[in-house]
Amino acid sequence: MIVAERLVKTFASTDSQNPVRAVDDVSLRIAEGEIFGIVGQSGAGKSTLVRLLNLLERPDAGKILLDGTDLTALDERALRRERHQIGMIFQQFQLLSRRTVRDNVALPLEVLGVPARERRARVDEILELVGLTDRADAYPAQLSGGQKQRVGIARALAPRPRVLLSDEATSALDPATTRSILDLLAKLNRELGLTIVLITHEMEVIKQVCHSAALIEDGRIVEQGRIRELLGTPGSRIAHQLFPLGEHAPERGNTIVEVTFTGLDSSRPVIARLARDHGLDISILGAMIETVAGEQTGRIRLELPGDAATRAAAIESLRAEGYVVDVAATSGGAA
Amino acid sequence: MIDPTDPAFWPRLVDGLLVASAETLIMLVVTGIVTLIGGLALGVILVATDSDGVLAAPFGSRALGRGINLVLGTIVNIGRSVPFIILMVALIPVSRFLVGSAYSLEGAIVPLCVAAVPFFARIAEIALREVPAGLVEAGTAMGASPVQLLVKVLVPEAVPALLRGFTTTLVTIVNYSAIVTVVGNYGLGSFAYVNGYQRYSVIHILAVVALLVALVHLLQWLGNRLATRLSHR
Repeated sequence: MIVAERLVKTFASTDSQNPVRAVDDVSLRIAEGEIFGIVGQSGAGKSTLVRLLNLLERPDAGKILLDGTDLTALDERALRRERHQIGMIFQQFQLLSRRTVRDNVALPLEVLGVPARERRARVDEILELVGLTDRADAYPAQLSGGQKQRVGIARALAPRPRVLLSDEATSALDPATTRSILDLLAKLNRELGLTIVLITHEMEVIKQVCHSAALIEDGRIVEQGRIRELLGTPGSRIAHQLFPLGEHAPERGNTIVEVTFTGLDSSRPVIARLARDHGLDISILGAMIETVAGEQTGRIRLELPGDAATRAAAIESLRAEGYVVDVAATSGGAA
Repeated sequence: MIDPTDPAFWPRLVDGLLVASAETLIMLVVTGIVTLIGGLALGVILVATDSDGVLAAPFGSRALGRGINLVLGTIVNIGRSVPFIILMVALIPVSRFLVGSAYSLEGAIVPLCVAAVPFFARIAEIALREVPAGLVEAGTAMGASPVQLLVKVLVPEAVPALLRGFTTTLVTIVNYSAIVTVVGNYGLGSFAYVNGYQRYSVIHILAVVALLVALVHLLQWLGNRLATRLSHR
């Protein structure tokens, strides 16, 4: 369990008098064994935030608790010991060019002082796990991007950490390779119970593997929670970004609603029944079905005409059936 | 005046070249070893104690790091700014103190080292700074100590660049070694100066130039080859 409490990090800026608040009063709660995504535009502060979690950057204020231990209170030696519990992978892989795959993976074990024989056994084991046994004696320059990131993952996991921090680990990879790396992370999460904190600017990554997510903007967390719950939260920006249905302005006297269904029987004739029961000429403006956090989830955007009372009754009946109804826009009377 | 038609001219030239070459090689090897160790150590400390270095605050003191950096940086700058011929003369008492006599081959090696160590220190510093900061960050994230970061990440990754820089340094040492004529008749440079310039033998000068060109080419070729072999980029 990682708890970040009210983290602040400012950097002196070169072009103005005012220091830049890269991370501004950020609190996070990352549960044991979950994949937690932190998503935001470039420059939002997410890379600084992940570097605060293992104290590559020192926060100006705030605490980081790893299973109750406050990392910011430790001296250098104790901090180095805690860092063995936290693996990290990077966008640019950061492999040593003059070490083979095997020796790169062995590096954190050398740092720990693990004897050579044990080191070798552990390296073989972990290379097997990431599927790189046959490339053990290659140098990083001889590998593809996806293979390099697998080495990065193997290296991070060699000392058996409880947490893996991923700083845009798939951003330099093509879509197919991204998918295979994310699948690997999901597998490691499942099989090892590894907690993963994943920084990304791609909603696709959140959609594929994350159980929870936080949205960061200008150094501040604007929303965080379990994705399943966010999908059921009216007005959730993360849910909205997971299902980009585009922008629609309602016609006069109409209401636009977004209906989210998760784990419900998707073959029920919801729309047809709604139209029949309430006598509404419903238009479907957009719809998507995705697998989010391992579950089939769909979202439909509907335009409801008719008078305010009829529209409200329609929304009420949808909610009664267990659907999450998010009123996106309305004009000409309350919904 | 040397007479090239004298039957003893060629055997004498060859003997002289052999002795002078041996002296040059001794100067090159001894100075090279001292420079490799001393210059690398200085370069590593300069990079490590820089404000964003891995030892910016040795023993928890930023002021100490800044102090070490400033003192060593100044020493290196002084060593680099004094012209070698002046440095030789200035170091005569130091050589006498260290090796007994300033006017010996050993006495010539002292100023060579004093000039070459700061030269290589700067080159090593540049090579070490070329190592991507992300690698050091990755090592830090692994829980590596500052010394582990230097020994396992920074220096090994800089090895090819260090080797190329060291080759340049060796060529510079060959160059400097000609100037030791100031303290005595040692090495190929002196041999050419004394016999070729002072005693008007063009053949002596040509022979020495040919040997030096061959030596520098050999050094450069070896350096490049080794650097390429050790680089895996």
